[in-house]
Amino acid sequence: MPGFPILSALILIPIVGAFFILVIRGTDEVASRNMRHIALTLTIINFVVSLPLWLNFDYDSAAFQFEEQYTWASGIMGYHVGVDGISMPFILLTTFLMPLTILASWHVKTRVKEYMIAFLVLEALMVGVFSALDLVLFYVFFEAGLIPMFLIIGVWGGKNRIYASFKFFLYTLLGSVLMMAAIMAMYWQAGTADIAEILKNPTFPAAMQTWLWLAFFASFAVKLPMWPVHTWLPDAHVEAPTAGSVLLAAVLLKMGGYGFLRFSLPMFPLASEYFAPFIFTLSAIGIVYTSLVALRQDDMKKLIAYSSIAHMGFVTMGIFTLTRQGIDGAIFQMVSHGLVSAALFLCVGVIYDRMHTREIEAYGGLVKRMPAYAFVFMFFTMANVGLPGTSGFVGEFLTLMAAFQVNTWVAFFATTGVILSACYALWLYRRVVFGVLDKDSLKAITDLSGREVVIFLPLVVLTILFGFYPAPILDVLSSSVDHLTNQISVALDAAAAASSAGVN
Amino acid sequence: METIIKLIVFLPLIGALIAGFGGTLVFAKIGKKEPATIEHETGDHHFEGPTWPAKLTTLFLLISAALSWIVFFDVAIGGQTYKIVVMDWIHSGTFAADWTLRVDTLTAVMFVVVNTVSSLVHVYSNGYMSHDPHQPRFFAYLSLFTFAMLMLVTADNLLQMFFGWEGVGLASYLLIGFWYKKPSANAAAIKAFVVNRVGDFGFALGIFATYKIFGSIEFDTIFNAAGEQAGKTIHFLWADWDTMTVIALLLFMGAMGKSAQFLLHTWLPDAMEGPTPVSALIHAATMVTAGVFLVARMSPFFEVAPVAQTFIIIIGAITAFFAATVGLVQNDIKRVIAYSTCSQLGYMFVAMGVGAYGVGIFHLFTHAFFKALLFLGSGSVIHAMSDEQDMRKMGGLAPHLKKTYWMMVVGTLALTGFPLTAGFFSKDAIIESAFAANTGVGEFGFWLLVVAALFTSFYSWRLIFMTFHGKPRASKEVMSHVHESPSSMLVPLYVLAVGALGAGYLFKEKFIGHDESLFWGTSIYRNAENEVLHAMHNLPEWVAYAPLVAMIFGFAIAWLFYIKRTDLPERIAQRNQPLYQFLLNKWYFDELYDLIFVRPIMWLGRFLWKQGDGRVIDGFGPNGVAARVADITAFMTRLQTGYVYHYAFAMLLGVAGLITFLMFASVS
Repeated sequence: MPGFPILSALILIPIVGAFFILVIRGTDEVASRNMRHIALTLTIINFVVSLPLWLNFDYDSAAFQFEEQYTWASGIMGYHVGVDGISMPFILLTTFLMPLTILASWHVKTRVKEYMIAFLVLEALMVGVFSALDLVLFYVFFEAGLIPMFLIIGVWGGKNRIYASFKFFLYTLLGSVLMMAAIMAMYWQAGTADIAEILKNPTFPAAMQTWLWLAFFASFAVKLPMWPVHTWLPDAHVEAPTAGSVLLAAVLLKMGGYGFLRFSLPMFPLASEYFAPFIFTLSAIGIVYTSLVALRQDDMKKLIAYSSIAHMGFVTMGIFTLTRQGIDGAIFQMVSHGLVSAALFLCVGVIYDRMHTREIEAYGGLVKRMPAYAFVFMFFTMANVGLPGTSGFVGEFLTLMAAFQVNTWVAFFATTGVILSACYALWLYRRVVFGVLDKDSLKAITDLSGREVVIFLPLVVLTILFGFYPAPILDVLSSSVDHLTNQISVALDAAAAASSAGVN
Repeated sequence: METIIKLIVFLPLIGALIAGFGGTLVFAKIGKKEPATIEHETGDHHFEGPTWPAKLTTLFLLISAALSWIVFFDVAIGGQTYKIVVMDWIHSGTFAADWTLRVDTLTAVMFVVVNTVSSLVHVYSNGYMSHDPHQPRFFAYLSLFTFAMLMLVTADNLLQMFFGWEGVGLASYLLIGFWYKKPSANAAAIKAFVVNRVGDFGFALGIFATYKIFGSIEFDTIFNAAGEQAGKTIHFLWADWDTMTVIALLLFMGAMGKSAQFLLHTWLPDAMEGPTPVSALIHAATMVTAGVFLVARMSPFFEVAPVAQTFIIIIGAITAFFAATVGLVQNDIKRVIAYSTCSQLGYMFVAMGVGAYGVGIFHLFTHAFFKALLFLGSGSVIHAMSDEQDMRKMGGLAPHLKKTYWMMVVGTLALTGFPLTAGFFSKDAIIESAFAANTGVGEFGFWLLVVAALFTSFYSWRLIFMTFHGKPRASKEVMSHVHESPSSMLVPLYVLAVGALGAGYLFKEKFIGHDESLFWGTSIYRNAENEVLHAMHNLPEWVAYAPLVAMIFGFAIAWLFYIKRTDLPERIAQRNQPLYQFLLNKWYFDELYDLIFVRPIMWLGRFLWKQGDGRVIDGFGPNGVAARVADITAFMTRLQTGYVYHYAFAMLLGVAGLITFLMFASVS
């Protein structure tokens, strides 16, 4: 469908929606209800509009599809969007999750207008990041996405929200500055800021690649986050409202992984290969370290946040194997984690809304009063530990297998994460859901409401579908990842040939 | 036939889904009026929920079981093999793994074992769980387990096998923790899952290594190429190793976890926290034998990895011996049988290790009948005794539970290898095969197994005597409630008893006799040099009699201790306190693992969190930076004093510095 600008529409519809909500007057219950309904309707519309991206996707092409391009500022900067197999799944993940987060925010009472606007703007920016094909445009979306998230944590967050947001700010600051500098350097070197153009013939000299790679790494590693720059995430999650946590874990973290795939690997292949052992080390340490830390948490959200970091360790490990299975697995893991971590944070949200505490100690024996909740939570706990038959398994398996082909030490240590994840996840479940329900505060707790069932159902369906039949995602990736790995091996071969020629 | 195979595998899944969702949803509606005032089987209460989930899943399983026997005769006896592709699964570059049902003789044998025992356990549970408020959930889990087990045995690649492998682990976890209010059940469930994951860690690495070497994980491809890899090396961790040895050992690590072999055995006795039918199905007859199945399935790998085979013999023999010693002194009726299972699995692995795969699978086959019989029989006793499991509080039950008693005796005869019963053929064949291997380690295995056979006979008869003979030690109140179980529980016992008596005699020619190579066909691979089966025919006569003598000795001692001189056990235990405590506490493995794994890991987790994240990363990172920024700001604030002479002095210093710099610059 070249006629209809789907990607621009996906960015614009939420913005327009935000304007609608802005002009609604009043803060009474009627106005709030209207705002919620507008936000929900628009996010659903956005999801429907995004579907053709997948339905009309050309699986055999590695090129960018659904492109739109307008230039201004005499060609220095342009509006250029498009998707390939690597970015498309993330856009669908975003548009799919948005209505669910709005539904999960149904009970928000304070500043409903600003809340809904923040979420809609965030959606536009997230779609922008994954579809931008211009360096400057990408940078703008990438950094601007922080602002609504800051607000969501800072305004609707918990007690320590200021500390959490300043911590996040400090971490991101350095990465942002370095990435901006790198983007300028790339522009001077390549003569264009157009990502598609650069990707066609990425010829950055080896020494320059190293510096550019490090600059981008600084930004993406914080975002993902990788050990040891991860400590902002548990705090941010703990303070964020449920829907904020969902988007943070499900989509915002993925920007880091996506960045590695869009920039670091194809544009700086030599540096990527050079730094791969470094990334492996950080990933393996990260997986084991954060899993161990997760074991000792008393706060449910913190535990799941640490588990998220461990899962992102599999992603970076997979990406930097530079192999087909590793990259396929990494992208799959990101999408799957988008569903599973979203669901887990929603699970915490369900009981937080009822009891207003995240302390594990405050719960126990919930299965007696909440059998449906117990089922959903068990299901996603199993998906989180990577049980085969859930989507969580496919990504973990592919990345680990790829790692084994490249370096058995990494695979060895990373695979211990499979044991540790079972420990912390099942122990959490046992303390919250099993046992005798003897706390007075819990005696009247209610099971999932209809609205909550509607939120969880699509997540359950997709998690199980992708577990048994991952082809819908893997087929989309196929051509693009194949192209990417070929591109890298060509570049590495050329460099090897050049250096051996130099020696002779 | 393809439809039949699909039905066998998917009927249990359909049953599980309908019973699980339909049954519990209906249950949730009635649940409003608080149905769960009863713990379980406390007698007078009755289950007020729907009973159709129990009936439906049982019906489906009975159909599956009947069809399994049809497939068994077609495939195993008729010599057919099938490969049915159901659906694509994971395709990534050159990697491919699909959902496929592969049915050869090995699978057909497992079909029969799994579905026969599973259907009988379903029938039995209709009686045993009749008072439990969570009945639909129980049957859904049982059927789900059966489905996962069937996916495991029909796998045509390592990944689908891993799916079934972890799937049965999930079902086991859910069923051990079925009574979720008991902290001990929850702990046992987690322990089972985690220890199994330790094994799966090895299994997964084995799959990765297989793909690295063969570029495929599909059985036919890797089996055909396995021979060429003999003698080649693979770089793993810090050194180069023999390729097939590494892969075989890694895969065997998975088998050790699932089959509760020495070092990874600690979860199995604790798993007895689950309802007794679960113990019979999962922790005796089927799931725990998956490790044995794995080795048989991967026989082309193990045949070219002699070091791994030796390791299997050692582990198997030690397990058989170790578990039997612990079984000698346990007082919980289910734990005795649990250790017995552990020990018998060790026997099977010894057969696998010496290359007598058919013999090992034969024991798996017969063991399923008599061990399920023993477990279900003990369930009948526990049911009658108002949930009492301690044998010291039983005794004198034979007159009250005549049918159960005789069934238990049949099971015991088969387990101890009484002539012409099932165990006599299969167990003795394993002991002979160990001797026939004609290697040092084979002989080591042989002697441990003979001693273990003596122990087996002792603890089995000890169980019978303590439970059914002598004077009742239970309270009058309990004894007045003692009643024989309903026929839904007894009929499965009868069927299993027929198997325990006849399965050995009927099938020995097929499994391990003259027809064996025709029977197994291509499903089991043996090297040209593997002559253990021939050697078994030419053994010294005393070897064939050794297990029989051991059995008689064991029986005699048990009779002496628990019928004739009932004061003896006490006195011997008193005189050998350290040894007695060592055995009673299961060689202190739980304590040891707690000391070397659990505590350090918990400590490390806390250390990394508080010191690593808190002090180092946050301290030098954001908090540190923030603190420095605050320090510098404070310093700068102090500089701005507002006094003119301060500023003038600073300017003077600046000018001096500038002039100095210019002077140096002009000189150079």
